[in-house]
Amino acid sequence: MATPKKDTLLDWYRQMVLIRRFEERCAELYQQGLIGGFLHLYIGQEATGVGAVAALRENDHVITAYRDHGIALARGLDPKAVMAEMLGKRTGVSGGKGGSMHLADRERHFWGGYGIVGGHLPLAAGIALAAQYEEKDEVVLALMGDGATNIGYFHESLNLSAVWKLPVVWLIENNQYGMGTSVERASGAKELVRRALAYSSEDGSGMKMGPRIDGMDVLAVHDAVSEAIEHARKHGPILIESLTYRLEGHSMGDPQRYRTKEEVESFVESGPIGRFRQVLIDKYKGVESTLDKIDEEALQAVEDAVEFAQNSEDPTYEDLISHVYVD
Amino acid sequence: MADRPITIREALSAALREEMQRDERVFIMGEEVGVWGGTYAVTRGFLDEFGAKRVRDTPIAEMVIAGSAVGAAMAGLRPVAELMTINFAFLALDAIVNHMAKVRYMFNGQFTVPMVIRTTTGGGKQLGATHSHAPEVLFAHFPGMYVAVPGTAYDAKGMLKASIRDDNPVLFVEHSTMLQRRSPVPDDPDFVLPIGKSDIKREGDDVTIVTFGKGLEWSMAAAEQLEKDGIEAEIVDLRWLRPLDLEPVFESFKKTNRCVVVEESLPMFSVGAEVAAQLQNEMFDYMDAPVKRVAAMDNPLPYSREIELMALPDAQKIVAAVKEVV
Repeated sequence: MATPKKDTLLDWYRQMVLIRRFEERCAELYQQGLIGGFLHLYIGQEATGVGAVAALRENDHVITAYRDHGIALARGLDPKAVMAEMLGKRTGVSGGKGGSMHLADRERHFWGGYGIVGGHLPLAAGIALAAQYEEKDEVVLALMGDGATNIGYFHESLNLSAVWKLPVVWLIENNQYGMGTSVERASGAKELVRRALAYSSEDGSGMKMGPRIDGMDVLAVHDAVSEAIEHARKHGPILIESLTYRLEGHSMGDPQRYRTKEEVESFVESGPIGRFRQVLIDKYKGVESTLDKIDEEALQAVEDAVEFAQNSEDPTYEDLISHVYVD
Repeated sequence: MADRPITIREALSAALREEMQRDERVFIMGEEVGVWGGTYAVTRGFLDEFGAKRVRDTPIAEMVIAGSAVGAAMAGLRPVAELMTINFAFLALDAIVNHMAKVRYMFNGQFTVPMVIRTTTGGGKQLGATHSHAPEVLFAHFPGMYVAVPGTAYDAKGMLKASIRDDNPVLFVEHSTMLQRRSPVPDDPDFVLPIGKSDIKREGDDVTIVTFGKGLEWSMAAAEQLEKDGIEAEIVDLRWLRPLDLEPVFESFKKTNRCVVVEESLPMFSVGAEVAAQLQNEMFDYMDAPVKRVAAMDNPLPYSREIELMALPDAQKIVAAVKEVV
């Protein structure tokens, strides 16, 4: 795998910082009562989302669960329209009707965040089927949390993808907890990627078991997902697992009784953004000032997004009743 | 072209074949649709005719059958997914209700879901409690999808073609004991019925019977008996539970001032309950008697034949209900 160019790496750094600042601001807005419903932050998992989405071509597809802000921003959705969705405005990516869990952008082949655990997995299979049916050279990246691997949808969707050789990369973002229940308390297989073996044969046909990757290392994620995408494009489905950690609660208001402060702190030190920043500093002499500038610009972009959202119109009665059906 | 008497099975088969010939994006997937030829033989010969790409056998896995059809439809195909019976659709309830019916709304119209789920319904075949439901009304509860419940071959063909051509998702419910019923159906490949229009199946001045699906057959039989007693029943076949078209019911009720609702579903929170509530709101001044409901007993269905039939509606029960109101 060729090492990406400096501009590309800096852009990944920009995306990761943007996501972090965006999420921190969302937390504040939630506490101020400006964001309602559930709010699941992507803080800690930025390297996985950015590295994975960066491996896609423009006409490839991505779909995820409800922890979707980072994926949306990585896929290039305008932070203004994403923030407007958080605030329930009609300028939001889903017109204020989806909220935090239901961001999407058809034009960018971002098929959405989905609030039902595992509910999007069969949709991913269907989107891949459409690509295969129409003989398009397109791959679907389907992200899910570790919790989704225990639900029936996971089994049915991965099995069907193996039977039909669908071009899907199934990517488990293993952030160690399904809500408050740790992986070893919820799953028979501690190494979740081993579940691929259930859909593969001794002769190598069926689902490919991909690697478990360091999900805090954006370069490692990008390499592994790039290889997985190539496999999916040529041969069919593959399951990979990214080991990551969410530094905040499952959603806002999570008392986090299931883990210690020390555990969380240990991951703060090895956090994906600090780590990548150090990689860039070691690799490119004098890059600090550029990185600082990117940091400032990210902060500003988020503030602009908040301002845009706050100045946007609320949805109307017409919005309430529109798009239930195709007219 | 002349209408020709064919069975509901043949009508469904013709509708599918014509729509697959018309549009390459239409394909069928589901339990035993291919090699087996459909558990009710609706798709017999399709695998040879259209090939494995467009006639796709699936594992027996309802969540992914429904859910992957949603994804394929969102991405531009027009899947017709088959679930062997509606009893198994309970397993796919989330895919149907939360995804098939909601993705368009939730993402503010970015996605369309032009798909059909075909399934069969109904009791009376000694299949026991889990295989004998007629719960189509349950699915009619949710906006964002349509529910088709044809009762004749003519309707089955025209409604299935309409469902496949429409850009909205449709749950298309066929009655498993009625597939051999025969009626004249146009050969015209462009014969399509409108979505959400009920239909007067029999005219009469004395009582309005509102029904659908298997209820149509029971009601027609009851009407013949009532005629001998000098009672003329008007039968409104809803054909669709969503969109629900009650205008012909209201018009009929202005004339008859009496209504009996007939359905195979369970009685509580039923189509009968909905029709009664709407009549009471819209037609109060025309009401000469309480709205009567004939439905299955509020009880699970058993295996043994005599007691199973005891729990289901029939013509005699409809006759009795009509005689209470005329």
